[in-house]
Amino acid sequence: MEVPILKQRNYLIASVQAVLTDQDLVNLRDRLVAQVGRFRSVGVILDVTGLDVMDSFSVRTLRDMAHMIRLRGADTVIVGIQPEVAFSMVQLGLSLEGVPTALDLEEGLAYLDARPKRSVARKLNEQ
Amino acid sequence: MSNKADPSRDETEAARPVEGKKTIPIRTVADIVTARQGGRELALQSGFSETESTLIATIISELARNIVLYAQSGEIILEKTGPNDNHRGVIIISRDHGPGIPDVQRALVGGYSTSGGLGLGLCGVRRMVDEFYIDTGTEKGTTVTAKKWLQ
Repeated sequence: MEVPILKQRNYLIASVQAVLTDQDLVNLRDRLVAQVGRFRSVGVILDVTGLDVMDSFSVRTLRDMAHMIRLRGADTVIVGIQPEVAFSMVQLGLSLEGVPTALDLEEGLAYLDARPKRSVARKLNEQ
Repeated sequence: MSNKADPSRDETEAARPVEGKKTIPIRTVADIVTARQGGRELALQSGFSETESTLIATIISELARNIVLYAQSGEIILEKTGPNDNHRGVIIISRDHGPGIPDVQRALVGGYSTSGGLGLGLCGVRRMVDEFYIDTGTEKGTTVTAKKWLQ
């Protein structure tokens, strides 16, 4: 199942609607890392509401994805982790290590909007 | 018509009609999804909460993935506990004929993080179940048995 990726302003939004296999998740990672460049996006929101489980493989893949996107100059926020998935992750000792999370899409957008504008920050540094 | 409709025809252990027992062959990443969904269903039927059922599904996902990654093929057997068990709950058996785990002790360490072990997710699985057995060897492959009781 291919996860749809929407472009909203200079953000990319990917919503996982159904259960994904490992391969689907890897494909999603690769497409997002590529599309950040194609659409010159500065932020990525990954909505994982539809994921049935987050095991060591999914956690590692999402962590890698966020780091790869970071290297491409954009920020990632993961939203929609369900309570029972959060419970399992904590019980199994799985951590997203520094990848920002937010409750839902709305909070994810608010998170990205609240980041300092990079071009502004650069100009301030130059002064 | 599939001959699955008449289980008495099939003599293999896997197809013996034990109530609530499912054997899921694991060969591809899609089978991992089938196994964990089957496990969640069985857990819910057995009276586990949604949260515990997700945990059980996650455990199955870890075990099934190890089969695909290290043994190429094997099976996940899911069953409800029987009269010989002291508790009600579910039993998850992961069986393959792969190369075995060379350093079981190392595969099982990791404490609270998965990074300390071999990345098999076994330390997390062992911590989360009530009974955990692992039988592995280069000749015989690996069988992991995990039992989770209803609280």
